[in-house]
Formats: sequence, C-alpha cells, structure tokens
Amino acid sequence: MLMSLNNTNKPSTPAASMASIASWLEAEPLTGAQWMDRLIEVVISCDLMSDVLAFSKHQGLLLTGLTNQQVIRTAEVAGMLGIVFVRGKRPSQPVLDLAEEYSLPVLFTNLSMFEASGRLYSRGLRGYCSFQGGEDS
Amino acid sequence: MTSKETPDEFVRQFEIVGDDFSSAGAVSIAVKRLVKEVGFSPELVRRVAIAAFEAEMNVVMYGGGGFLELHITADRVRLVIKDQGPGISDLDLAMQEGWSTATTEMREMGFGAGMGLPNMKKNSDRMQVLTDQGRGTTVLLEMDAC
Repeated sequence: MLMSLNNTNKPSTPAASMASIASWLEAEPLTGAQWMDRLIEVVISCDLMSDVLAFSKHQGLLLTGLTNQQVIRTAEVAGMLGIVFVRGKRPSQPVLDLAEEYSLPVLFTNLSMFEASGRLYSRGLRGYCSFQGGEDS
Repeated sequence: MTSKETPDEFVRQFEIVGDDFSSAGAVSIAVKRLVKEVGFSPELVRRVAIAAFEAEMNVVMYGGGGFLELHITADRVRLVIKDQGPGISDLDLAMQEGWSTATTEMREMGFGAGMGLPNMKKNSDRMQVLTDQGRGTTVLLEMDAC
C-alpha cells in the first residue's frame, strides 16, 4: 500500500512499507520481520557502494546485487532503512547477522535490478533525483 | 581504541587494519554512534559517518593500515586519518571524481570508483591532505555543527 507523508512545508512524498515492497517484489524477508512496517520514501538501485555513499541522501531503500558485508556497513553509514538483494543472490549468514546488528531489514528477490526497480517506480516510489521530501533534499 | 580527552574536547583514537575487508567500516560505524550520542543533527552525523567511512576504506585498501582520531567539541567534529601507505603520487588527479587505482578485489567489493577523496570533501567543511611519497598520507576533515 502506498501512502503519502504529509508535511506542511513540502510536497507530499509517497512512501511504502517494507511489507508492501516485499509483496510487490515477491521478496522473502531474511531479517527484520519486526521492521516490516518501516516506511520507505526513496530508493537507490546500485551495485557500487561508493555511489551509494556519494549520491544517496537519507532514509532510503538500497537495491543491490552485491552480497558482502560492506553492503551492510555502507547501508548503515548512509542511513538506509532497508536492503533488497536482487537477482536471486542470497547473502551469507554472517552478512545477515550484521544486518540484524544494525537493525536493517533485508529482503531477497529473484527479480533483476531492472525489474525490481521498475515495479517500485510504477507504484509511485522515486529515486534521489526526483525525491522531494527529506531534511537534506 | 584509546582516549585522551580534555574537559572541552572528546577524543578517541581507533586503529584501522590494512587489507582487512571483513572488518572495514567498523571504525566508522563506531564513530557514527559516538557522534550521534553527543546529540548532533542527523545530517551532521551522516556527513561525519560517510567521510569517515571513505577515509577508513582508503586506509584499508591503499594505506596498509593506520588510525582514525575523532575529536568532538561543542561546535565541531574533527577527523584525523593517518595511514602508512606509499602516499598519493598526484593529489590533483586523486581529487577528481572517477580517478582510481583500485584492484579487481576492491571493485568487486563495490569500491574503487574514484569517489573516496571527492566524497570526503563533499561531506566536510574543511579538508586537508598531507601526503609524502613513501611516508604515508594524513587526511584532516572538519565538520561544523551549524
């Protein structure tokens, strides 16, 4: 379900829960079942962690096909609210344990990066370039 | 981790292990938590965390190990990152987005895109790089609280 976050000073920002995103992406939650109500406002689809750090803003969802520990640390440093591993790449248990440690919900889907991104975009979620909300946008 | 703080300044020093990708980033996340606990704005916390992370990754990937020193005062966060690597041969080139000497292993980890130093500059209010061929590199970063 897509919602709008109301803010008197800014345009309405579409947001979706992790649970809705899991449904749209036919994704399996691997960690963070207790955080599935977390609301996502913006998405970055990227395999280059340097670019996640350079171009993301805040409180986003990271879609990636990389499955190493640096993905989790990058997401934590960049202030991501969740991660979706795409292309059927399942991270190892130590990677998932690290995500739990940082309170990061993790989803897993067999969809490609393109397909997953397209499904989220078609339901109203946007990337950082067109994101209108957030304190630092 | 060591401490040498004064009443007006909180200081912590963290060791960074060279070529250890499994723990790379852990220092920056510890720094982020400390800065957050002080009560600085989420935006400042985020800028410090990203700059620290890029610096830490450089020390791991290129610097052969070193340390990160965190200084917190009421109005500023200061990071001093020192490595024992070969130094940067052309600093102007290294400051350009996209220029990189990364290995295949680094790129497979999602790094080495030539965004490290530019990203540190972008997320700091003042940046100074002191580098000497064969004697390592020191990066000084300052972020103002307001």
